[in-house]
Amino acid sequence: MENLERILSEHPFLEGMDVDQVQLLVGCASNVFFQANEFLFREGEPADTFYFIRHGKVSIETHVPQREPIVIQSQDEGEILGWSWLVPPYRWHFDARAVELTRAIALDGKCLRDKCEQDHDLGYEVMKRFALIIAERLGATRLQLMDIYGHNTDK
Amino acid sequence: MATTPTSSPLHDVRDGDPMLARPFQIRRTRKDTYDTVSLQLKPPDGDDGFPFEPGQFNMLYAYGVGEVPISISGNPAKNDSLVHTIRAVGAATRALTSLKVGDSVGVRGPFGKGWPVEAVAGNDVVVITGGIGLAPLRPAIYQLLAHREEYGKVVLLYGARTPEDILFRRNLEKWRSRFDIETALTVDRAARSWKGNVGVVTQLIPRAVFDPLHCVAFVCGPEIMMRFTVMELIKRGVAENNIFVSMERNMKCGIGLCGHCQLGSSFVCKDGPVYCYEDVRDSFRKREM
Amino acid sequence: MTKRQENIAVLESEGLGYLVQALIDKGYEVLGPRIKDGAVTYDQIETVRDLPIGWTDRQEPGSYRLVKSGKKTYFDYAVGPHSWKKYLHPPETRLWEARRDEQGFTVIEPERETAKKALLGVRPCELQALAIQDTVFTGGPYLAPGYQERRSNLFIVAVNCVRPGGTCFCASMKTGPKATSGFDLALTEILESGRHYFVVEVGSASGEELLSDLPTKVADDAEKEAAAKAMERATAKMGRELDTKGIRELLYKCFDDPHWQTVADRCFSCGNCTMVCPTCFCVNVEDGTDLSGQQAERWSRWDSCFTRDFSYIHGGSIRFTVKARYRQWMTHKLAYWLDQFGTLGCVGCGRCITWCPAGIDITEEVRALRDKEQSEKVQSV
Repeated sequence: MENLERILSEHPFLEGMDVDQVQLLVGCASNVFFQANEFLFREGEPADTFYFIRHGKVSIETHVPQREPIVIQSQDEGEILGWSWLVPPYRWHFDARAVELTRAIALDGKCLRDKCEQDHDLGYEVMKRFALIIAERLGATRLQLMDIYGHNTDK
Repeated sequence: MATTPTSSPLHDVRDGDPMLARPFQIRRTRKDTYDTVSLQLKPPDGDDGFPFEPGQFNMLYAYGVGEVPISISGNPAKNDSLVHTIRAVGAATRALTSLKVGDSVGVRGPFGKGWPVEAVAGNDVVVITGGIGLAPLRPAIYQLLAHREEYGKVVLLYGARTPEDILFRRNLEKWRSRFDIETALTVDRAARSWKGNVGVVTQLIPRAVFDPLHCVAFVCGPEIMMRFTVMELIKRGVAENNIFVSMERNMKCGIGLCGHCQLGSSFVCKDGPVYCYEDVRDSFRKREM
Repeated sequence: MTKRQENIAVLESEGLGYLVQALIDKGYEVLGPRIKDGAVTYDQIETVRDLPIGWTDRQEPGSYRLVKSGKKTYFDYAVGPHSWKKYLHPPETRLWEARRDEQGFTVIEPERETAKKALLGVRPCELQALAIQDTVFTGGPYLAPGYQERRSNLFIVAVNCVRPGGTCFCASMKTGPKATSGFDLALTEILESGRHYFVVEVGSASGEELLSDLPTKVADDAEKEAAAKAMERATAKMGRELDTKGIRELLYKCFDDPHWQTVADRCFSCGNCTMVCPTCFCVNVEDGTDLSGQQAERWSRWDSCFTRDFSYIHGGSIRFTVKARYRQWMTHKLAYWLDQFGTLGCVGCGRCITWCPAGIDITEEVRALRDKEQSEKVQSV
């Protein structure tokens, strides 16, 4: 547990958070790992976790009938994976698959949700950080949608 | 540190007629992707090479069809092989990309101001490219690596549309295996067989390792990609006068006389295409300039 | 005071014919004003009878009309739709041709035009336009092919404007109505108390040489006074002005002003203003072949920033709205030009106003932007 605490408190995502609040998060944390091609979660399943990726690469995918799944985005070492645990109906929108051996710290979102409800200061700190992540993903998605390298982007 | 791209009239440009195309023979062709071809041209007999600066371009003429500005994508240290990488998007580029070894291409140039590779020695250099934008930066990467000891960290971030659109795979593989250049690439979309990054090139910037306070960025890609890239670089603390971008405008003459490429007060063909971001900030913000 | 000004001559009106003949004798092709298609245009002149004798013009925004004046004057009109640009920067030029061969193709250099041309009746604003074109075509790192050859073989007979046209504003642009430099000879046509003559100023050695062959006399004080008075009257009669004070900053400030849209609502984006403008220099470069494909050619042709294609790059036009294109044209003339070439790109000739089918008036548009800027300042105080 001491090790988890050190890793989390040093992570840029939690920079500036109170020691007590980090403690609360540590209470919901556990070490996990996934083999290549193993799924971290699948579309439609209850979303009760999020991950600090410590090593490896995870691809966020969606399944399209009659063809290979489409990779929407990849998440690398140092990045945060998953925000669906924070907003109702608490279900994953996409599949997350380990592209290679991936180690991560999993945080129990359900546990954290309850703690955030009880402690709104904590809730705000968590919300603030996830809002940033969601905004970044939205920005990237918009840029992706523009298909800026494609042919005939006009007319 | 403010640096301005260096001008390089390598010969007296007032000699001779700058509108006359010289026929160069195609020595080799390479199909880079399904729509992109590199042509290696041989300067005509009697010429000793074709000196150019990274970031400069030539006007290439496909006999009878038309002329287009194309950046030089080869190694500036290798004068005997003049390489251009051309994506087939219009009549002239389609004609150029379907030429064969031994065919002739009309060449005028080199034109424009390039990347200030020499002037930024001592800094970390982050090269950020999107799509065909890797082509005008390859000569700069060659030059950086040829004088590797003069720079701090060298980082290449490259975004392509799909894995099938990735240019210069052989170069990329070589650079990835070197310890003195960090190379990251990403594609906008991919099928599951792709093991690399998926996402826009701007997402690679927070992950890259460089010192924003002693860093110069060379950025080339579609204007919208450059806009977001510059935003991300500034967010990381890179100074506006340390960011260089390559602008694209309609060019008909290459010598500042036809008026088409005007960008505010400047002519992209002779005052650019490479600009210090500080000098073209307005054109990124103002519409339809 | 220069020596030339001391040496002001008088040429009686009948002497103009000798001047034309002297130029022809020296091997010049004389080009000057001639009436064609209801307008004063520039064309070859063989005798003074080719000039628009007794004609004058009525010009207003969007309108041009020639009327008989009943006088014997040679130059009693302002500029028409043509400018001398068509001789120095021709509407189309073949840049080169190429022939197919075993090696691919061979490029054949064009022959350069070297004919000596005398321009008769160049107005002061047009002298400024020539000076501007010199900077554009020869002041940069690259020389425009053929321009210097065409330019260096000119003899210029300027004519001062004693009667400004209905859309002129040269006085406020400080380009007229009197020529101060850039000519070989400058004439002021005087028709007073039944006497018709030219007061002649010499601007160069070749001007002096030519003048020595003509039946002139030294101008007396009364004649000099008559010419000076004519210039004063012309300045006073000019109906338009363009206030150039801080013009560059004004336009930079107004880049996003909604006023551009109100101009765009009237503008047809026809490009007339760019075609008649004596300083607009943009060209397209066009390639083509004959039917067999054995011969290819490259042409340079006047182009206009009012077309969408002008700014086309893969993906679309940079300036796809009329608003952006009008703004580009006017901002180029009055702001970017200063940065690029050190002068304004406008000489105050008024052609763009006369020949605009919507009668858009550049002086009015500048005033509108200035007024808005002023009222905003007042409001913010």
